[in-house]
Amino acid sequence: MNFRAVRAIYLFEMARTWRTLLQSIVSPVVSTSLYFVVFGAAIGSRIAEVGGVSYGTFIVPGLVMLSVLTQSIANASFGIYFPKFVGTIYELLSAPVSYFEIVLGYVGAAATKSIILGLIILATAALFVPLHIMHPWWMLTFLVLTAVTFSLFGFIIGIWADGFEKLQMIPMLIVTPLTFLGGSFYSIDMLPPSWRTVSLFNPVVYLISGFRWSFHEIADVSVGLSFGMTLGFLAVCMVAVWWIFKTGYRLKN
Amino acid sequence: MTSIISVANLSKTYGSGFKALNGINLEIKRGEIFALLGPNGAGKTTLISIICGIANLSEGRVTVDGHDINRDYRAARAMIGLVPQELHTDAFESVWATVSFSRGLFGKPKNPAHIEKVLKDLSLWDKKDSKIVTLSGGMKRRVMIAKALSHEPQILFLDEPTAGVDVELRKGMWEVVRALQASGVTIILTTHYIEEAEEMADRIGVINKGEIILIEDKAGLMQKLGKKELKLHLQSKIDAIPDSLAAYNLELSDDGRTVTYDYDTRGERTGITSLLSDLRAAGIRISDLDTSQSSLEDIFVSLVRAS
Repeated sequence: MNFRAVRAIYLFEMARTWRTLLQSIVSPVVSTSLYFVVFGAAIGSRIAEVGGVSYGTFIVPGLVMLSVLTQSIANASFGIYFPKFVGTIYELLSAPVSYFEIVLGYVGAAATKSIILGLIILATAALFVPLHIMHPWWMLTFLVLTAVTFSLFGFIIGIWADGFEKLQMIPMLIVTPLTFLGGSFYSIDMLPPSWRTVSLFNPVVYLISGFRWSFHEIADVSVGLSFGMTLGFLAVCMVAVWWIFKTGYRLKN
Repeated sequence: MTSIISVANLSKTYGSGFKALNGINLEIKRGEIFALLGPNGAGKTTLISIICGIANLSEGRVTVDGHDINRDYRAARAMIGLVPQELHTDAFESVWATVSFSRGLFGKPKNPAHIEKVLKDLSLWDKKDSKIVTLSGGMKRRVMIAKALSHEPQILFLDEPTAGVDVELRKGMWEVVRALQASGVTIILTTHYIEEAEEMADRIGVINKGEIILIEDKAGLMQKLGKKELKLHLQSKIDAIPDSLAAYNLELSDDGRTVTYDYDTRGERTGITSLLSDLRAAGIRISDLDTSQSSLEDIFVSLVRAS
C-alpha cells in the first residue's frame, strides 16, 4: 500500500478545496440559508407540523442531504475530470499507485469535504430552527455513508464525462430531481398512494428517510431498509469503479 | 552493459484498429542516453506511454530492471520519471507544491533538500512559490522535468524535451541531462531534432510506422557521416575510367560527364590532390566540382523513405 501517494492525492484535493473556499463552502451555505428563509420561515409558518415537529425543523435533514449529495458528486467528478481535461492524469497513471489508492485519495477528499459541508449546514440550520438529534451516531453514519457513496458516484461520472456538459448533465437531470422528489421537503406519506409507490423506486427516498429518522425518529421507510439500500448503492458504485479500472475505461486507450 | 529496459515483441493496436506499434524489440542499456528518432505518428509517444503505464499494450512484454510493467507495476514505475511532450500542469498550484506532490505520489518520503536541489539545478528556485500559470512555456517545461526528477528516478523519459524551447534553454537542458547521466540515470529521449540526437545520444534508434528500422551506436553513425563525396564535372565526355585511375574507385555517370569519388574527411590523406594530378596526367579536364556530406538527416530520410 502506497500510503504516501494516498496522502499526496488527498492533501492535493483538500488544498484545492481551501483554495476555492468561496465556491466550496460559502456558496452551498448561502443557498441552504435561502431555503430556510423561503421554506422554513416564509412558507413553513403556514404549514402544520409534520410528524410532530415544526416544518422548519422537519426539512433540516433533507436540506443537509440535498447539499451532501450534490456536493459529493460535484467535488468528486470535478476532482478526477479536471486532470483528464488538462492532461495531468498522465502522472497519476504513470505513478506506482494502485487503483484502490487513487480512489481512496480522490473519493476520500471529496467525501471529507461534503461531510464538513454537511456539518456546517447543520450548524447553520441550528441558527434558524431548534434542532434535536435523537441518534447522533446514526446521523453521522448516514452522513458518512452517503458522502462516500455519492463521491464514488461522482468519481464515476468524472471518468465517464468527456466534456463539461456531461459533467453537469447527470447531477442536473437526474440527481437534483431525484433529491427534490425524494422527500427533502415533505414526507412521502403526504403524497397520493400511487405517487407514494412511484417514490419508493427513488433511491434518494431511502437516504433521506434514514437520515431524518436519526434526527426525529420520523421515517417514510424502516431505518433498516434505508441502511440496507444505502449500503447496496455503495456496493454498486464500488463494482462500477472496479470495472472502470480493470478495463481502463476512458483512462487508458 | 546490462539492459535496464527490455521490450520484446511489443505491439499496440488501438480500438479504432490502427496499429501504432508492430513487433518492437528494444534493449535500453543501463546508464546510456538513447535517442529515439522518427517522424510524427511513428509511434514514439505510444512506445513511451506503454512503458510508463499510460497506455495498455496489446501484445508482447516489457520489463524494467527485471520487473514486468503489468505484473510488477509498482517496482517498475517507481524507477521511472516521465516528462511528456505536452505541457500538462496544474495551473493554480505553486511550483514547490506540484513538485512535492509528485514525490509523494511516487511513494517517496518528504525530502525538501532534494526538491530544493532539483529546482536549483533547473533554475527554478526563485520561482518556487509562483503559480504555474504565471510561468513561461520554457519554465513550465522545466517544472515538468522537476516533477519527473522529484522522486529520484533511475530512468528518465524525455518526450520531445526541447520542442518549442529556445536555443539557450536547450543548451541548458542538455547540461542537466548530461549531469543526470553522470549520476547514473538512464535517459531515453525522443526528438525531431537530429542535431539533438547527435549532441546527446550514445545510441540512436529510428522508428517509423510502428517499427524500429535502425538501432546503432552514434559512433557508427558518425562513421557514415564522416564520408564525403566529390563530384567532378568533365569538360568532355569519356567512355570509361582510364586504368591509371583504377585505384581511386571512381564512379562514372551514365552520360560519361561526371565522375564521383568517395573519401573520408577524417583520414590522414583524402587523396584529392593526387587524384586531381592523376586526372590531369590522364588528359581529363575538369569544368566544375562539388562536394557533399551525407548527414544523419540524409540517413534518416532515406531510411524512413525506404521503410
